[in-house]
Amino acid sequence: MGLTLTQKILARGAGKKSVSVSEIVDVTPDVVLSHDNTSAIVSTFRKIGVDRVDRPDRHVIVLDHCVPAASEKYAQNHKDVREFVAAQGIVNFYDVNHGVCHQVLPEHGHALPGQLIVGSDSHTTTYGALGAFAAGIGRSETAVIMATGKIWLRVPETMRVVVTGQLPPGVFAKDFILRLIGDLGADGGLYQAVEFTGPTIANMDVDDRMTLCNMTAEMGAKNGYVAADDRTEAWLRERGVSAMQRIASDPDAEIARTLPYDVSELVPQVAAPHTVDNVHPVTEHAGTKIHQALLGTCTNGRLRDLHQAADIVRGKKIHPSVRMLVFPASVDVYRAAMADGTLMTLSEAGAVLMNPGCGPCLGAHEGILAPGEVCISTANRNFRGRMGSRDASVYLASPATVAASAIAGEITDPRTL
Amino acid sequence: MPIRGKVWKYGDDVNTDVIFPGKYTYTITDRKEMAAHALEDLDPSFAKSVRPGDIIVAGRNFGCGSSREQAASCLKEAGVGAVVAASFARIFFRNAINEGLPLVECPAAIPAIENGTEISVDLENGVVDVHGKTFPFPGLPESVMGIVREGGLIPYTRKMIAQRKIAP
Repeated sequence: MGLTLTQKILARGAGKKSVSVSEIVDVTPDVVLSHDNTSAIVSTFRKIGVDRVDRPDRHVIVLDHCVPAASEKYAQNHKDVREFVAAQGIVNFYDVNHGVCHQVLPEHGHALPGQLIVGSDSHTTTYGALGAFAAGIGRSETAVIMATGKIWLRVPETMRVVVTGQLPPGVFAKDFILRLIGDLGADGGLYQAVEFTGPTIANMDVDDRMTLCNMTAEMGAKNGYVAADDRTEAWLRERGVSAMQRIASDPDAEIARTLPYDVSELVPQVAAPHTVDNVHPVTEHAGTKIHQALLGTCTNGRLRDLHQAADIVRGKKIHPSVRMLVFPASVDVYRAAMADGTLMTLSEAGAVLMNPGCGPCLGAHEGILAPGEVCISTANRNFRGRMGSRDASVYLASPATVAASAIAGEITDPRTL
Repeated sequence: MPIRGKVWKYGDDVNTDVIFPGKYTYTITDRKEMAAHALEDLDPSFAKSVRPGDIIVAGRNFGCGSSREQAASCLKEAGVGAVVAASFARIFFRNAINEGLPLVECPAAIPAIENGTEISVDLENGVVDVHGKTFPFPGLPESVMGIVREGGLIPYTRKMIAQRKIAP
């Protein structure tokens, strides 16, 4: 029997010819991500009793979760990370002027097709969009990788999602992944690899593929991916990265479940409070008053996302009772959006332009919600208390729906504007 | 030695934000303080009243969401003896093993367990006992059980390095 992309990459990481589904393997990852949580990881690393980080070049550290530091505690945290990075000779360190890790790693060639990537962040799944195996792990095990270079992983079953049809105007990759999570549930892909394939995926930009793979974490998946193709290669080449290794599942690989999806009739979707799988057509929530509109994050802070929003708000004004916050995913995205006038369009409409980073997504700073407030967000989580008060509500939607809602002051179908 | 304790029962998809809110992830580093906020946004009475050995019982996908390890550490530090659920989110599962917090995946037992009652969990023999009615569950893979037996990943790794079974 043939192997899936995931099996091939895990087999290489384990130094084996082949691995079977549900086998537990010890692997050596190619790339290990950590972010602001590096200081906590370092405390754990010190308890292991090893002085030097194994292969410092394997680690990529990005400060993004609360940047620039919002308080003395965050400042100390960042300072500890900088000192550790300097002391251990970790060269792949991106300070607060770079952006969200899940955008920064691919842009800087740290997430390549065929690589085995683990990260102490649940949305590490994003890098599967470039044909890598990428899975989120915890802090202690990241510390152990620093000491030993190894981690155990269970080889996952693979769910194949075959997407056909053209997304209608006003409907985007985000609407599709929300619909998929709504259909399968928050545990619909638990422990599994999710492979996206089919003509719609073949014609989809890497930016949008990243949105899909990012959110596979919200259905419990271990990793989500799109096998590398010409689009992947072009995306990397534009960023000065040439290393390409095309790995795909064998035709006779073991696929646990195949889900066909035709997106030609799909309508804009929202995930209503307080779970990501509480997904409904936007029309069912249209008219719900909002106080904040968040555009950005590792899910939808890329140039295409900012363009979607700018196309909606151009020449209009954001509703006076709404504050719209824009967080480009990286400084590269920020500059591109500055150069092509997108930031000007968003600013003229009344949006607040923020620095690249995670922003208020995880409730740390830069746009925390008060009790009773409602936010519509392009992020990936709407859990109770996630963005501040436990009595606030967060709806998830595409950049177009978020922008349309910001203009109207209430949840709005972007096709009606 | 079975774990015996009072049940705190919750539903499906208990996520890491309600177990340990994101706003504390970089501001609270003391484990005792972490425990004081355990399940804060799900059940504000939990942290005040939980007793050592108490058992959390939940539905599907317990621990979904963020990779934050504090979701496991705050429960461990609060004295939770075990979490029994229909299923666990994968990163939480790893974090709990790595923190030495026993997890039991036993979907059949969940409907039979009532909030506030006492149950016992026998990890070695793989049995949940609900007032005399027993529910078997499959044990963890041997390589993972090794971590649990040592009380978590860090003591396990220290031991392996000391015994030269893995190289630093």
